[in-house]
Formats: sequence, C-alpha cells, structure tokens
Amino acid sequence: MSTATGNAHEGRHELAHYFDSTRQQFESHKLAMWLFLCTEILMFGGLFCAYAIYRANHPEIFLYAHTLLDKNLGAINTIVLLFSSFTMAWAVRAAMLGQRRLLVGLLVVTLLCGFGFMGIKGIEYSHKWKHGFLWGEQFDYTEAVAYASGKGHGDDHAAETGHEGAHADDEAAIHTEVPAATAGDEDAAAVMAELDQAAAVTMDHGHDAERIPRNLHIFFGIYFVMTGLHGIHVLAGMGMLTWLIVRASRGDFGVRNYTAVDLGGLYWHIVDLIWIFLFPLLYLIH
Amino acid sequence: MSTGATTTVDHVDGHDHHEGNYLTAGRGLRSWLFTLDHKRIGVMYLGTILFAFLLGGIFALLVRTELLTPQQTIMSADDYNRMFTLHGAIMTFLFIIPGIPAALGNFILPLMLGAKDVALPRLNLASYHIYVIGSLMAVASILAGGVDTGWTFYTPYSTTTNGAVILVTLSVFVLGFSSIFTGINFIVTVHRMRPAGMGWFQMPLMLWALYATAIIQVLATPVLAITVLLIIAERALGIGIFDPALGGDPVLFQHFFWFYSHPAVYIMILPAMGVISELVAIFSRKPIFGYKAIAYSSIAIAVFSFLVWGHHMFVSGQSELAVVIFSALTFSVSIPSAVKVFNWLSTMYRGAIRLETPMVYALVFIFLFGIGGLTGLFLASLATDVHLHDSYFVVAHFHYTMMGGTMIAFLAGIYHWWPKMFGKMFSQKWGNIGAIVIFVGFNVTFFSQFVMGAKGMPRRYFNYPPEFEIYHVMSSIGSYVLAIGLFIAAGVLVHSLIAGKKAPVNPWGGATLEWQAASPPIHHNFDSPLLLTNPYDYTAQRWDEAEQGYVPVDPEKEPQTT
Amino acid sequence: MSEQGTILKPESTGTVHDEPGGGDLHAHAVPLWMLVAVFAALIVLTVVTVAVTYVDLGALNIWVALAIAALKGVLVAEIFMHLRWDRPFNRILLIGSLLAVVLFIGISLLDTSTYLPEMIPGHAPAIEQP
Repeated sequence: MSTATGNAHEGRHELAHYFDSTRQQFESHKLAMWLFLCTEILMFGGLFCAYAIYRANHPEIFLYAHTLLDKNLGAINTIVLLFSSFTMAWAVRAAMLGQRRLLVGLLVVTLLCGFGFMGIKGIEYSHKWKHGFLWGEQFDYTEAVAYASGKGHGDDHAAETGHEGAHADDEAAIHTEVPAATAGDEDAAAVMAELDQAAAVTMDHGHDAERIPRNLHIFFGIYFVMTGLHGIHVLAGMGMLTWLIVRASRGDFGVRNYTAVDLGGLYWHIVDLIWIFLFPLLYLIH
Repeated sequence: MSTGATTTVDHVDGHDHHEGNYLTAGRGLRSWLFTLDHKRIGVMYLGTILFAFLLGGIFALLVRTELLTPQQTIMSADDYNRMFTLHGAIMTFLFIIPGIPAALGNFILPLMLGAKDVALPRLNLASYHIYVIGSLMAVASILAGGVDTGWTFYTPYSTTTNGAVILVTLSVFVLGFSSIFTGINFIVTVHRMRPAGMGWFQMPLMLWALYATAIIQVLATPVLAITVLLIIAERALGIGIFDPALGGDPVLFQHFFWFYSHPAVYIMILPAMGVISELVAIFSRKPIFGYKAIAYSSIAIAVFSFLVWGHHMFVSGQSELAVVIFSALTFSVSIPSAVKVFNWLSTMYRGAIRLETPMVYALVFIFLFGIGGLTGLFLASLATDVHLHDSYFVVAHFHYTMMGGTMIAFLAGIYHWWPKMFGKMFSQKWGNIGAIVIFVGFNVTFFSQFVMGAKGMPRRYFNYPPEFEIYHVMSSIGSYVLAIGLFIAAGVLVHSLIAGKKAPVNPWGGATLEWQAASPPIHHNFDSPLLLTNPYDYTAQRWDEAEQGYVPVDPEKEPQTT
Repeated sequence: MSEQGTILKPESTGTVHDEPGGGDLHAHAVPLWMLVAVFAALIVLTVVTVAVTYVDLGALNIWVALAIAALKGVLVAEIFMHLRWDRPFNRILLIGSLLAVVLFIGISLLDTSTYLPEMIPGHAPAIEQP
C-alpha cells in the first residue's frame, strides 16, 4: 500500500497508506516530534525545579560550589554545542535543497562537535572525581577543604588548616544543634556528624574567615544529575546523527524527503537549548 | 522518533485483504505481536490490561481477607504492606491509566475519525511493547522481594527500606513512556487525521476526552519519569536530593510526585467521562445536551489538573499559603466535573432511555461518580481534611471515583463496543445482572469505608481496634460480592465469543462513524463510503427487525421517523 | 449541526482539509546568511553572559543571566528550529510546556519559601554568617 518514487535529487520518497499526502505525513511527524520535545522540556523541568528550590533556600552552597567548576571549560563547551547547532541547522537546509555531499559533511561536523562536547565533559567529570566533588554521600569534604585552601588562598595557607582545632570545635557545636531529621539509623547519624565536622573547618583568609558551607554536596548532586541527564541526551543525539549520516550517504534524503533530518535537527537543537540554560545556572553564579 | 517518513510502512501480515475482518486478516502469533493495526493493538492492550486487573484484584481480595479480623488473619504484617503496595501500583500504573485510552481509545479513535489508522502506527506498537516490558518488570518485583512503600514511594522511606524499589520504580519509568507514546499518537491523530468536514466541534465527545487526556499524558508523565529516576539515583548512588539525612528535602519529593500523580487521576477519569458522554446520548436517543460545554469542560479539567497537586500535601508540612491556594483551586475543579454530570442528566431528561447493559453501567457510573465527587469536597476543605487525611474516608473516596468511575466506565465501554470489536452480541439479561451485582458489592465494600474513615480508622493499618471490626467485615464481604459480579461480567463476554449471535453493523443506533464500519471492521476499517453527520443526530436511522440493528433511513422511500 | 451529511469515500479519509497549499511538501530552507547571523549572535550573547558575571548587579545577576539565556533560546527555536515558518500550533506547544514548567517551579518555590522558617526554628534558609 505504500508508494515509493523519487530520484537521486529528490531522495527516497514514500507515503504511508493511511496518509493522503506527503504534506500531511510530514506535518504529522513534525507535530509528534514537537510533542516529544515538550516531554523533554517537562522532564528537565523537574530538575530545574529541584535546582530552583535548593538555590533559593541555600544560595551560599551554590555561590561557593560554582567556584569549584571550571568556567572556561563550560564556556568552551557552550560554544562547541552552539556551533554544532549551527551546522545542524545548515544540514537541514542542505537536505531541503538536495545538497547531498554538503549534508553528509555537515552532519559529520555536528557529530564531531558531539564528541568534542562529551570529551570536554569527560575532562570536567574526571577532575571532579579526582577531588571527590561528588554527589551526596560520596562527597569528600576533607579533600574539598584542602582544595579550597590550596586554590583560594595559596599553598602557604594549606598548612594552616591544621591549626583550626579550637575554631572547629565551636563551629561543630553550633552545627550539631540542627535536628537530625532521620537520624534513626546509625549510618545516617555518622554521616551527619562527619559532614558537620568537615563543614565546620574554617580557613583563615586575611580578615575574613571563609568557610565551606554545609551540605555542599547538594550542589554536586544537582550538577551531576542535570549534566548527566543532558549528557545522556547528547549521546542519544550522537547515535541519531550516526544513523542520519549512514542514510544521507546512501542518498535517502532529498528535496522531497528531508523529514528525518529535520526532526533529528529539532532534537539536537533542544539538547542545545537545555545546555543554554544549564551553563549560566551552574557555572555562572554570582 | 524520527522514523517513519521513508521506511516502508506495510502491515506485516501482507497487503491484500479481499475478504474477512481485521481479526482474520492475518494468522499466527507474529501477525498479532508485530501488527501495526490499531484495532489489533487495542485488543492486545485490552487483554493485557484485563490480566493486570485480575492480578490487582487478587491482591485486593487478599488485603480485604487479611482485614477480616483485627489481628493477623492470613499473612504477616510485612506481607500485608507488600500486598497493598502492589495492589495500588498495579491498579494505578497497569490498569487504570492505560485502561480506557490505550485499550478502548486505540480501537475506537481512528474509527471515530473515519481514518485508516492512527498517525504513528509504529509508535503505537512500541507503546504496547513497552507496556508489556514495564508490566513484566512490575510483576518480577514480586519475586524479587516485593515493595512495601505504598504506590506513592514517599521518601525517605522508599530510599531506605529493603525490597525491590528500584525495579518497581524502573517499571513505572518504562510504563510512563508507553503512556507518553499513546498520548503523542492521539494528539497527532486528532490534529492531522480528521476527515474533511469534521471540524473540532463535529468530533464525538469521546475524542475531546481522549485529546484532553493525551495533553495531560504528554505534559505530566515526564515529571514522573524524572521523579522515579531521582529515586533510583537516591537508592543506587545516594545522591541526596530527597534524603533529609544528606540535607535533602523530602517534601520536594511530594511536589514532584503529585505534579504528575494528580493530573494522572484525570488521565484516569477523563476518558471515562468521554465514554459516558457517548453512551448517555445513544441510549437516550437524544442529542447530547450542551455539546460545547462538555467539550470545553474536558479541556478545562486538563488545565485545572495541573493546578491542584498540593491538596495531597495538606498535612505534609506544606506552607499555609500554598495550602490555602491549593484548597481554593481544588474546589474549582468540581465546576467542570459538575458541568458534565448536569449535561448527562439533562440529556437523559425526557429521553427514550433504553436500559441495555452499557447504559446500566453508565447509570451506575453517574451515581457512583457523583458520590465520589461530592465526598471529594470534604477532602478539599482544609479543616475536615486534617481529620480525614490518611483515613479510610480517603480510600473510599478514591475508590468511588477510580473504581466506581473509571472501572465502571471501562466496563460500559467494553460492553458498548464489544459487538464492534468481536462481532458478537452478548446476553443483555446476564450483562445487567452482572452490573447490578457489581453495583451492590461495590457499595457494600466502600460505603462502610466512608463510615469507618470518618470514625478515625487510618488507612494501610494491619491491626485495628475491635470496634472497627464490623465495618471491615462488611467491606470484605462486599469485596467478595464485587468479585462475583466481575466474574459474571467477564463470563457474559466470554460466553458471547463462543455462543453469541452475530452482531449487526449498528446494534445500539450510534451516529458516530465507527458504527458505519462492519462488525468487526475490515483491516483498513471502512469498505464503503462514509456518511458524515452530526455525531449526536439520531433521526437518520431506524430499527430494522431483520437486521436486529439500526439502519440508515432512506429518505426516498419513507418519511423520517425517530 | 443538523445539516445534511457529507459523503466520504474511504480512499479520501484523512484528507488534509485545512492545507491551503495542497498536499505537497513545500520546503522552506532558511537562508544561509540568516543561519550565520544567528550563530554569531549566539556567540556574542555567550560572551556577554560570561562577562556580566564580573559585574555585581546583586540579585539582578541571575535574572540577567536567565534573560540572556531566554533570548538565545528564542533565536534557536525561531530560526534554527524553524518555528518562525512553522504551524503556529508547534509554537503554542513549546510555550505551553514552558508555562507548565514555570507553574511547577513557581508553586514549589512559593511553598518552600514559606514553610522552611516554620519547620526548622532558628535555621531559616539564609547565608550562614561567618
């Protein structure tokens, strides 16, 4: 029941039997893609909600934690992704105009940008991993203290952190007042105590006593979930690009059939769009 | 997602169907499991969903049996916790949410549009396969130790308890995709596959209801997906977002969960309302009263459903400001719901009501949903909710709306479209007997729960003070009667498959397009030109004794009669 | 709605009844200069959003960052994603889903911003002073 026509310029052009026209088929698939993008927005919306709540309630965590991220790598990654979005939009144009070799080339560039993005992300992740800036219970506070003193105040101050015993006791006393919400089991209580102690370590910095805020790991929990889910979407997009490249080089696409490239482009752009918001929210906190 | 444009869309079971209907169009298991035919997918959904219903029902009966005595009756307290959790999770995610849209909707939506299929048949099939995988995961969790969190998976309990929480939440994640795919498919189909001449306000109201449902499915379900992913991350990695021991916020989990799960109750009830809108008009032989009001109220319910999730959190430590706002918004949802009920009643007023089995179920629906809706007002009021929250009153309320509403409408819809699906007529007499037994059993089961809830019996408790025993015994006995009624209802349908009379094209006198297709329809739905009329105009058809069904009036031969 | 019925042939069901341009596919390729211009604008805006973090605007900083991100988002959606030339319903969908997200975040924020001080006395959510 399907009709298949077309030449090299037009691409393989087929109409499913339950549609009346190519236009109806194209618009149906496009609408479906947009609906799918809506679900993506809502799914990330949940994470943005978690972000907003914690940032509103604990701005000090975010203010401090973002200094542990590399702003430059984030900016480079933003530009890489924006460039890939540009080449993807160009690829859609090429598909519409039946420029087959240009289409393949642009899709390959887009895919390479995807690799670049994930590579830079990998560098960032491995840095966090090395220093123990991880989520929840994996967060390494002693390392964070050492890192902060080393980075923020020069190596000469690193040794001083050891002399803060008296201060630390005072601070710890304050912190243990916090009701241990579910300190029912011993593990949780132990973690709480450990965190309080670590958080209470202060560093002398000239006149100011700078300190690591409590529950710093919350930021990294959100950071890893948001960038991780985004990264999974980039990987999925790269898989899709590979599939498009194979089909494009086979000559499937042309002026009469560019739906797959167009819809793939929409997906790639939404992944870019989400990063456009993630970058300032995670890396550029003032 | 971006497939379909260039790949050949053929039916697996071949091209040519000169004779036979969709049931006989292809043979063998493969022709069913990999079919792209929306009718077959709908029938497979129906079978699987009914199986899930049976499973959830067995758990319900076990729970009710356990509660016959104030102490342990047949199982340990831990097993009891797992039982009611699985009952809730299976009934919610495997039965009620996909029930009407995926099973009946899949079958009926393209037929009502006069289309050959849904807009995205591959996505439709994927939705079914994903549903089966998710269901198997949910069932596998029983073997993997079960879950005792309740179907709501509240943190921090769900992140600390033992059991197969990861498996069950993962299955919820997977089932969510199935629901999203159905929703996307229906929206696209309604937008792009309407025939020339069928504008938005010439659509049957069932389609409005399915459309409104699909909007909720697409917008709310992804939030559930991220919620359960965070639960999994919490358990597997200790991510700390919902865990107060790590500085997380457990109330945030409830916001997340109910942002999906409150709209989800409208995913359950809206299609049910659509079914009732069709049935009330057809069996009263009167055009539906207030077509536009019913259509708009479906959309209004879909919009309002996103504004009221906080009423599940009145005693969760939500702020007073939010509580007041949510309470006021919750009351406002009753407006579009009541609009529908009044319109159904007005449709029936002075109509030629025929008490055929689908209509009996529709009347049961209106009565039970009325009680369910009105008791919701007690729960929306802040002061009374503090007393009634987490009591059996809540349990009774949502069973009156979910079971008395959605399940009854589901049965009504199955009976209504059964002749179209399988081409067989069932015994009206036994169908009605089944409906009445269900009605009696249902009320005995759940009305007693209103009473004990108001008297202070908390839900989900294993042991209870002896003064509640009489109500629990009543409720349990009622549940057995209910089960008998459901078996009668199922028996009537099975019997019709074996010994039922052949169904005419239009047994009930419906004016929507599906009643112009053969019973059962051919593979591509319609074999003759369609007459597109007002879906609620019953003047152009008459009862034909020889046909045992309704036939179009031939204006040249005879004058129009009603 | 009681007009005489319309006869439909099964072969013509699912007609694209509201397509003024007929059933054929009309590609609208975005001009290359426009794509380049949008890309350049996106890069400039990225530089601006980084630069602005060195200026202390107090509470305004996050709103400036979000506004720039939103502007970039509009450019991507309207040009790269073709919304400008698309059916209006796709834009309605995008805006609708964003509104749902705003609603979700807004009400959740409204709630937690008013419950935390009551729930944990003495530990109001504020920056802990040194």
